[in-house]
Amino acid sequence: MSPGGEEAFRLEGVRKRYGPREVLRIDQLTIRSGEIFGLVGPSGAGKSTLLRLLNFLEPPTAGRILYRGQPLDGRISPDLLRRITTVFQRPLLLSGSVAYNVAFGLRLRGRRNVTPAVQAALQRVGLWELARTPVHTLSGGEAQRVALARALVLEPDVLLLDEPTANLDPYHVGRIEEIVREENRARGTTVVWVTHNVFQARRVAHRVGLLLSGELVEVSETSRFFEQPMDPRSAAFVRGEMAY
Amino acid sequence: MGSLSHALQRLVAGDPELWGITFLSLRVSGEALLIASLLGVPLGAFLGLKRFFGRRLVIAFIYTGMGLPPVVVGLLVYLLLSRSGPLGFLGWLFTPRAMVLAQTLICFPVIVGLTMAAVLAVDPALRLQLRALGATAWQSAWALVREARTGIVVALVAGFGSIISEVGAVMLVGGNIRGSTRVLTTAIVLETRQGRFDTALALGLVLLAIAFAINGAVLALQGRSVER
Repeated sequence: MSPGGEEAFRLEGVRKRYGPREVLRIDQLTIRSGEIFGLVGPSGAGKSTLLRLLNFLEPPTAGRILYRGQPLDGRISPDLLRRITTVFQRPLLLSGSVAYNVAFGLRLRGRRNVTPAVQAALQRVGLWELARTPVHTLSGGEAQRVALARALVLEPDVLLLDEPTANLDPYHVGRIEEIVREENRARGTTVVWVTHNVFQARRVAHRVGLLLSGELVEVSETSRFFEQPMDPRSAAFVRGEMAY
Repeated sequence: MGSLSHALQRLVAGDPELWGITFLSLRVSGEALLIASLLGVPLGAFLGLKRFFGRRLVIAFIYTGMGLPPVVVGLLVYLLLSRSGPLGFLGWLFTPRAMVLAQTLICFPVIVGLTMAAVLAVDPALRLQLRALGATAWQSAWALVREARTGIVVALVAGFGSIISEVGAVMLVGGNIRGSTRVLTTAIVLETRQGRFDTALALGLVLLAIAFAINGAVLALQGRSVER
């Protein structure tokens, strides 16, 4: 069962267009506080676009998104917005050391004496011993763990993950899944995890939503989504039979 | 070759005229670089970060400026500062100030253009990541400029390179007056014309040494920035 009853996000009549092309069309979607919501779908389905809207990196063309009941638009308090963060598919680290990167978000918030928090975050992802290492010497998996630590150190209420394990080996995929699940359990962090890997969604998510061509086809509890999908397109996606 | 070693001995022995010429070259080009950097780096960063109406036109002017022949800049500054020119009242013609002005105009577009290119070369996805981490517009701009810092240093070096070795503009607006506006490049031209190839060559070596020292410093800086 999905934890929490309160809603973190509510989307109403959301549309996103780039020029004449409509890439997202979601009439209604609720993401509950404290759940891991797996957003699956093929490439180009609009998953990353939805994440950008949830982090208010882009506004929707139409409709509205409520975060904790407040409209996610230009009037939202910056402090509330800073409770949401995203880890992208590529680590997108800044040149400098591992510790510099992990401390970056804290420094943006004017925090001093960041070392204890940075140390704790790096210990969680198992990279404390590399704190002084320049990021350009890290492997892909290590770099992505640094990106995750950089997000976790902010103690976000919402963690948006845009296929963070897409380019990683199975060991690092497992480590990152474990760390995120632990974060969700320990702090009740709401997680929206975009993945095109149905097996990953099954492993980590409490609920799963399938996005096809910008449209939300089905949202169900994970077990139901995989065992008794309501929509034939979900069934085809789960079986890997969908041609796209 | 004997004359060359004689000229080198003069340098090593601290010949006041040769060192005066070297010092004036560094002073004029250094001041021009400082002024052009203070104005050019922020403008280049702004052009790299912001999209606005007329931006392409500004960039077209900057690119044209990057390829402007120094002697043309010298001519314009000459006309500007000549007694009948609009800035003739300043009395700067044939003074180091006129040379600084001309060299500032030469290296300003180089610094703007290369700074803009360095900022544009930063991964565009990083902007989204910075905002997702909670950066304000200013914090994000600062972080992106910091990411472009190696390219910006290269812009400064290229700007300095474009003026320390330039002869046309300083010759026109400075006049190559002994003890007043004579710099390395104009001195080399004079010495060569008068057949004193050894002195010209010695001054050329000084110019090369300056270029080598600056490039060496930049390489060391780049190495440190990668390790940081």
